[in-house]
Amino acid sequence: MTRRLLRWSPLAPATVLLVLFLAGPVGYCGYLAVTDTQLTGQESASFVGLANFRHALADPEFRNAVLLTLVFTVVSALLGQNTLGLALAGLLRRASRPVRTVTGAVVITAWVLPEIVAGFLLYTFFERRGTLNAVLAWLHLPTQDWLFTLPILAVSFANVWRGTAFSMLVYSAALAEIPQEVTESAEVDGAGGLRRLWHITLPMIRRSIGTNLMLNTLQTLSVFGLIWALTRGGPGNRSQTLPVFMYDQAFVKSLIGYGTAVALLLLVVGALFSAVYLRLLREEV
Amino acid sequence: MRGGRRRRERWPLARRAVRRRASADAALLVVAVAFAVPLAWLVLASLDERATLRVRLPAAPTLHNFTAVLTDEITFTPMLNSLLICGGATLLTVGCAALAAYPLSRFRSRFARPYLLTVLFSACLPVTAIMVPVYALFVRVDLIDTRYGTALFLAAAQLPFAVWLMKNFMDGVPAALEEAAWTDGASWFQTLLRIILPLMGPGLSVVAVYTFIMMWGNFFVPFMLLLSPEQLPASVSIFTFFGNYGAIAFGELAAFSVLYSTPVILLYILISKRLGGGFTLGGAVKG
Repeated sequence: MTRRLLRWSPLAPATVLLVLFLAGPVGYCGYLAVTDTQLTGQESASFVGLANFRHALADPEFRNAVLLTLVFTVVSALLGQNTLGLALAGLLRRASRPVRTVTGAVVITAWVLPEIVAGFLLYTFFERRGTLNAVLAWLHLPTQDWLFTLPILAVSFANVWRGTAFSMLVYSAALAEIPQEVTESAEVDGAGGLRRLWHITLPMIRRSIGTNLMLNTLQTLSVFGLIWALTRGGPGNRSQTLPVFMYDQAFVKSLIGYGTAVALLLLVVGALFSAVYLRLLREEV
Repeated sequence: MRGGRRRRERWPLARRAVRRRASADAALLVVAVAFAVPLAWLVLASLDERATLRVRLPAAPTLHNFTAVLTDEITFTPMLNSLLICGGATLLTVGCAALAAYPLSRFRSRFARPYLLTVLFSACLPVTAIMVPVYALFVRVDLIDTRYGTALFLAAAQLPFAVWLMKNFMDGVPAALEEAAWTDGASWFQTLLRIILPLMGPGLSVVAVYTFIMMWGNFFVPFMLLLSPEQLPASVSIFTFFGNYGAIAFGELAAFSVLYSTPVILLYILISKRLGGGFTLGGAVKG
């Protein structure tokens, strides 16, 4: 028994750190979410049960944040990063070497840059006096103040710009594992590009698609810095996704209890996606 | 006759391959240009004393923006803070992960698999979501506005993925060499330190560099947990360019961004061979 304990003792430092700084806050999250804790006068916090959650469901601003999070996730993660990443991975396999190197380097640089730098770069790109409008004007196309008229789409495109490299890497690895003969024999049988994609490539990489969709969604659910640098959730609350809403409620409006209830909901959604992701992985391993 | 037929068959195929390559190249170049435009702003504006929000070639390229931001207050202190916080947290993460990976990789037990699955599960959770309770907790235990408190939290947040990666790399080191050391009377700690870790050097550096990159770019954690300006790392201090005066010095913002981004780009290049091949980043979730 002592020997066994000794054997597993190296797990202790990591476990202590995880329990204190991850499990602890998650537990505290559960506690705070059922209180009316405020930034000022913390001693007077009292138990309010599910009031915070009921309040959330009735709060139009919360529903707005849920809807925007949904738009942000679907447009940037599911449609944008995932599809563009797959397309890039497919094209990279056919392209000539210099083009492959350059494109890969540019897309990956966007991913490696610190989040806040990426935010500023895209701010200058979308701003009224920024590059996008300059290009549109040069092409004689109508310009507009993107961060004001379509803020949620602007932040979604920003997230595509920043996050596509991840999907590209995942799919490049997945496509590299498809045996050459399979695609070749389909080609000899006269299957066109789209049919090959639909009937052969996609089914063969479906597990990678599943895990990639999960990871993209989880990443996108927790984006804060990018939106903060671009719009701070504004104008008004038109790009206020759940993390920004959470921050706003807890720190601008000082409603820690309410902000934590929102955080808990976000955490539960994240946990569901993580669980599905683990299921997918378990099949693979 | 046969040769002629073969040639006739091969030519259209070859031509199709060329055409296909050309169209793939064209499509990729369009995407590359679209992705490169914001990056071009970063480089060009940093060299342009009168930088605006638009991408444009500087009339007279100069390093003035860089010399302007290379002061204690703007660059050196925040970068040093970043280095202290992220460097310390990386050491802690890698140390804890290496220790934890050892029994998980070497011994059989009923609870090793549930432990690993829990770790992987928590690696996926959106850390952003718990920052409000973490803030409240840090106020209570008096860790708020301390660099070591921030480093401790960053280390914990990055630890699950590091443990997972480290365990996979450690599995790749054959146990035979260790067994020789065991018979010579080495303790498990000596075996880990002298035999396993040196043998998994490349894997170890991937974990360390990846952890460091993730922390270096993290904005939300220090944004929440640090308050005093002199403690802020570069990821948060960058907001001072949006000053209280209304006017933004875009050239200097770009120059500072270049300085702040360079270390992680160089480190990424260092490990990219390993990240690109074989290692598919399954589970790399923190953005």
